[in-house]
Formats: sequence, structure tokens, C-alpha cells
Amino acid sequence: MNPRKPSEDGFRLSRRQVLIGTAGSAVTAVFAKADDVQAVTRMETAADPPSSSHVAFILNGRRYALDVDNRITLLDVLRERLHLTGTKKGCDHGQCGACTVIVEGRRINACLTLAVMHEGDSITTIEGLGTPDNLHPLQAAFIKHDGYQCGYCTPGQICSAVAMLEELKAGVPSHVSSDLIATSAVTDAEIRERMSGNICRCGAYSNIVDAIREIAGGQA
Amino acid sequence: MKSFTYERVTSAQKAVNAAASTPGARFIAGGTNLLDLMKLEIETPQHLIDVNGLEFDKITMTEDGGLRIGALVRNTDLAAAPQVRRDYAVLSRALLAGASGQLRNKATTAGNLLQRTRCAYFYDTNQPCNKRRPGAGCAAIGGASRQHAIVGGSNACIASHPSDMAVAMRALGAMVETLHSNGQVRTIPLNDLYRAPGDTPHIENTLDTAELITAVILPKPVGGKHIYYKVRDRASYAFALVSVAAIVQPDQTGQVALGGVAYKPWRSEEAEVYLPDGANAITMHLLADAHPTAQNAFKIKLAERAIGLALSNASS
Repeated sequence: MNPRKPSEDGFRLSRRQVLIGTAGSAVTAVFAKADDVQAVTRMETAADPPSSSHVAFILNGRRYALDVDNRITLLDVLRERLHLTGTKKGCDHGQCGACTVIVEGRRINACLTLAVMHEGDSITTIEGLGTPDNLHPLQAAFIKHDGYQCGYCTPGQICSAVAMLEELKAGVPSHVSSDLIATSAVTDAEIRERMSGNICRCGAYSNIVDAIREIAGGQA
Repeated sequence: MKSFTYERVTSAQKAVNAAASTPGARFIAGGTNLLDLMKLEIETPQHLIDVNGLEFDKITMTEDGGLRIGALVRNTDLAAAPQVRRDYAVLSRALLAGASGQLRNKATTAGNLLQRTRCAYFYDTNQPCNKRRPGAGCAAIGGASRQHAIVGGSNACIASHPSDMAVAMRALGAMVETLHSNGQVRTIPLNDLYRAPGDTPHIENTLDTAELITAVILPKPVGGKHIYYKVRDRASYAFALVSVAAIVQPDQTGQVALGGVAYKPWRSEEAEVYLPDGANAITMHLLADAHPTAQNAFKIKLAERAIGLALSNASS
């Protein structure tokens, strides 16, 4: 896998193509025709050509097309290739939830999926949910309720919670739903069970539940 | 992670043909277990065949009133499907008791069946493991074996199968439908999908490398009370120490399968005759051949009590 190495003048996303130089590998642009193609890189891996593939997806509303080593996870592409570091790497084994992103409307662990498997997918990361000037309601609620301490799990918690509330709306039951048929009420028990794939080592759980409940409109 | 080549396939026949013609090929769907093992280089496929584009993502009725669950139906969708919640509630319950919301969104029906054990010695490449490296020995036997199998194991391996979904499917009498590169379609009882570890614990199922699971077939609904009771170390997001899938009729007859105790969901149709006699009677027959370690002998009593609770919930 290509190690992360900053380009000489530092990385900056421009409206046009961005070339990421990596020592020992030639770099060429493959797409530059549309304004919405933000970062396009081709890593020539001449020594082992079949072990890389081309993939294009919509990330936070913009189209990206890139050649990737088959082995690279979606998480590592987000962080190391596209430098969207809001999505965190915790355990890298699908156990902590820090890398949770929303793909095709569903929350998944970005560490347990290959980038190359996301051809044509629409992906939303924490950067695509809100901005400092225009927070997503759940981001605002996490701030209001102090739903974190160190903040490392927070992007994953928020992405997970956004998609979890959609699952609730869609009528997906949970392990703690007493009635499988009826739509689950938004209770603390439901929120805790449905968020169990997101670990907070600081233990901010009660405040996280408060933040989510405020947005979900449920009862304590 | 070892390097590999990758292809997306657009038909099941292309998938099995690729598997037949490419050395070291593996199918990948959700990938949540395979990729995890590839990172640790426990799995080292040379070629990945991405089957996510195949149209096995539907749940349909069979001619005799049963259910045909496409191999690619995600665990979340299967658990939430109205006909599953209504007629096969034990399956919904089992799925919802497993993994996390994120993993259930990715994990597929076939992948869930074929997921590998979470034995800590299988995962720790510094430890001997016959499943990972045939002939290396088993560190679990004589090691920390609290989570491990108590029945069906061998002197080579006492790993347990981690699935909850498979336990419910076994109680429901599920069949697994496959396609082989030679064009053969076969339907295998779920019980016959899994191979006992014996001297070859690295061979876990009866599928050929050029064979792809295309669907799981459930017989028509049998009614009754559906219970899935899972005992684990955390309230959520943990593998079972013992789990019970039970379908109980008003006359106390029914089906019972155990999870967390063997290399496969553990059910015995002969033992089920004793179901009306209560938890102790059926457990004695179901686990008559149990050979636990000192650390997991508690699972026999735990299984009896879990079955007892399931039966009492079913009659309340």
C-alpha cells in the first residue's frame, strides 16, 4: 500500500484536479473534464498492475474517480488519499465504530470495506453532514449536550446516529423492541441498543443518548 | 494484507466460472469477516470475485408457501422483512441479537452462514491453530476455552460457530441452494453445510471452491411461539456463550437449536421428542455427547437454563 506522504506544497483541495505526488510512483491525471471532479490521481503501480483497480463514487455530493490498490479500505482512501480525516480509525476491525460512514443511506464500518467495492456508490462522511457554520442538527445536539470528551469517536457516533434514526423511521426493529411488528418507540433503551456498534472510551454515553433523543423527539 | 486481483461479476455463472478457473479465488459480498481476516493475513486470497452486483438480494415466496432468501439479502433487511417478522420471528430475533447496526447493514445471508470462528487462537497468528495451519496444534484445548464448543469438537479443534442467524435457520429447517461451475444447482440441508472438525478443522463446509450459495430456502411457516434467547458477556454486540432458538407449539412440541456450543448450530430431531418433558430432559439428550473443557463445562447447565427460560417464555 502507498504510504501517506504529503506533497511538497502541502495538500489543498482545489476546484480542479489535484495531483498527489508520492515518492517512487508516477502520477497522471485521468479525469479533468467536469468541475465536480475534485481530486483525481492515478498511482502507477507498474510492478504489479493487476492489483489495482479504477473506482468512481460520489463523496459528499462530489464525484471522485481514482485508481486504488485493491487492498485499500474505504477508510484509508478517505483519510490517506482524499485527506478527509473526520472519519476516524479506531480499531480497524469493525469493533469500535469510529470509522462509521453512510453509504447509499446506510451506516457501515469504512474499515471493513474495500474502496474498490464502492463503484457508483453515494458516500457521506462527517464532512458532508454539516460545516462549522451550518451544523447538522445532530452535530449541534452533541455540542449542546456535551456528547463527548476527547471527541475521537464523535464523527462515527454522529454518522451512525443519523443513519440509525432513518432505520427507526423505516420501521427496522431492534434486539430490545418488545414487539417485532410495531414501530419501535424512541426510548433510551432503543437508542443504546441501536448505537452499540459505536464505542466511547471516555464513557460519554449518557450525554450521547441525550443528544440523540433530543433530535429523535423521544421520551427518556 | 497480501496482494490480490479483483473483479466484479455480473452473473452467477460468471462468478462460479471465475472461481473454477482462478487459483486462490474467493467470493466477497459484505466482506466484514473476510476482510478482517485478510488484514491479519489469516485469509490470503489471490483473487477476489465481488458478487455484490448479482440479483440475489430479494426475498420471495416459494411455491409451497415457504420463503426464498437471496444470498445477498443483508442481515438488516432480512430481520426487518415484514414476512420474516410475522412468520419467522425467531429469525428476526436471532439476526437482531447479532453484531452491530453497521455490520448488519453489510453482512449478507450467505456470508453470515460461512463466517469463520472467533476463537481467539484462530485470530492470534502467534498461537498454534489447526484451523489456520493444519497440523500446528490447538492452543484452545488447555487454553482459555470459556467461549468454545462443548459438543461436536475433536482433539484438533474446539472452535464454535459464531452465527446467531444460522441457529434460527437450523431450527426453522432451512435449506441452502448453491450453483456450481458445472451448472449443477443443489439444495443442501443447512445441517449438512457444516463439516465436523475431526482431523481437518481447516475444512469447514461441504461446498466446492467453484460453488456459490445463491439462496436460503425456509419451509412454509409452522406457527407457534418463536423465541431467540442469547446469553453473552455484554448486553449487546457480543458473541453468544449459549443461545437458544426455539419454536414451541401450544402442545409443547417444537424445534430447538443451540448456538455457541458447537462448530455448527446444534439441533437433534431425536432430542426434540423430549421437549414436552422440559428443559432438563431435552438438554440431556441434546448434549448427551458433550465433551466440555474445565472452563466451559458451565455451558451445559447454562444451555439447560436458557432452554428452560425459552420454554417458559413460550408458554406465558
